[in-house]
Amino acid sequence: MSENVYIIGAGIHAFGRTEGRSGRAQGVFALRQALADAGVEWADIGFASGGSVAAGSADIMVNDLGFTSLPFINVHNGCATGGSALTSAHNAIASGMCDVAVAVGFDKHERGAFNAKPSGYGLPEWYGETGMMLTTQFFALKIQRYMQLHGISRETLGRVAEKAFRNGALCDHAWRRSPVDLETILGAPMVNDPLTKYMFCSPAEGGVALVLASEKKLRELGSDGVRIDSIAFRTRPEGSFEVFAPSIRTPPGGKPTVLASRAAFEQAGIGPGDIDVAQLQDTESGAELMHMAENGFCADGEQEEWLANGWSEIHGRLPINTDGGCLACGEPVGASGLRQVYENVQQLRGRAGARQVPRDPKVGYSHVYGAPGLSAVAIVTR
Amino acid sequence: MDDAQGLSPIAAGLWAEGPPPRLIGGRKANGEIVFPLPDEPLQPLERVELSPTGTLWSWTSQEFQPKPPFSGPEPFEPFLLGYIELANEVIVESRIVGTSIDRLKLGMPMRLVIVAFDDHRSTYAFRPEQPA
Repeated sequence: MSENVYIIGAGIHAFGRTEGRSGRAQGVFALRQALADAGVEWADIGFASGGSVAAGSADIMVNDLGFTSLPFINVHNGCATGGSALTSAHNAIASGMCDVAVAVGFDKHERGAFNAKPSGYGLPEWYGETGMMLTTQFFALKIQRYMQLHGISRETLGRVAEKAFRNGALCDHAWRRSPVDLETILGAPMVNDPLTKYMFCSPAEGGVALVLASEKKLRELGSDGVRIDSIAFRTRPEGSFEVFAPSIRTPPGGKPTVLASRAAFEQAGIGPGDIDVAQLQDTESGAELMHMAENGFCADGEQEEWLANGWSEIHGRLPINTDGGCLACGEPVGASGLRQVYENVQQLRGRAGARQVPRDPKVGYSHVYGAPGLSAVAIVTR
Repeated sequence: MDDAQGLSPIAAGLWAEGPPPRLIGGRKANGEIVFPLPDEPLQPLERVELSPTGTLWSWTSQEFQPKPPFSGPEPFEPFLLGYIELANEVIVESRIVGTSIDRLKLGMPMRLVIVAFDDHRSTYAFRPEQPA
């Protein structure tokens, strides 16, 4: 990297459902909060990047924030929208293009599972007609096989959700703010076996913005900044098992998360043992478990012991999804990846309130994964 | 077992009638096989009839009625689906019939069958091999 880049301001619009407020308005709310946090004005921003999946273009925000003629790149990159915006804003500063940039993500989805048109994915109509083109099925099929191969129990799936709601109850930007006990989670209606309704996140609304600055600007402002040590964004390798797959190569190929994780650790020059707090994509309970291993934090099968011993709790050896993750926050797709980075920034600055990780965490890890097979990892330090 | 006699296949070119019925895939130049055979292949593919038997690779249930384009019969009835590994060929996604979820085990032998999808249409599915 040519120059150190810091996050000097972070803002969020509470996730969940906000009737009468557009996705973009939630993004503007987050952006104003991030600017105030950084102690800069909109006019100071030299570059902006952002977007949503279902709530329109981000550059319209200049209507609300001011016509400063800044370059504003719209991102429409599915689950990687936030990660892509962060990458662009980071590179704008690292390259010397400007000293202050923003990354913003927001969204507002309809209720219920996402439904997709086969033709949009190059798939035949019968695949959708026969009821096999559902994202929730993919997650269930992936974790079902993983559980069989690596001895993961249904209780452990339930414990992931239980932890998410417990953490969400402590978090002011979370949507689900009430704890749910293990028995209720395991006994809830099944969606796709082995996953019950409490084990899935829901489409939601929300907005997140981050203000990034060069080292020079950070010093000038005397900011409480968090350094970005690496960002790695990878699309799927050949033969990887992903959503909407009528067939998979045998044997299957590699995983985008493994590639992104390795690249991020290599760039940062550290390993999984150096991480103090992690936010891992938890579209459903099984995803968090599998992503613990895919990101190198444990071996396949060790999750059983981790969850039973509370090692991924806020007070555990590696706190995971400290704000309740997607399970408690919901998933406004365009904002979700940036929420993870926001949460790490709050934790590293010691501003996470009731959900604060003890012992002054120094290194945060965030991982977003989504369709059609992409992962973005960011490592930040303070 | 559902009787698919006299029903129209849900799509043309998905399977060859047999007996035994076989799914139709496409072999790439590097030997890799894909299913189904695409309508608009962007690379040369050789049509291949796939093995009628395989082993269970993963499974789940569909407990709620999917949104359109799902066009199954009303009222909705939950069904099983999964992936079947056809040895040295490809892993295919399929409905699973003739069993219940608590009987499914990784690696169990499965066989392709053609079943009724609704009153007019048939589709493919796999069911556990019957013990000899």
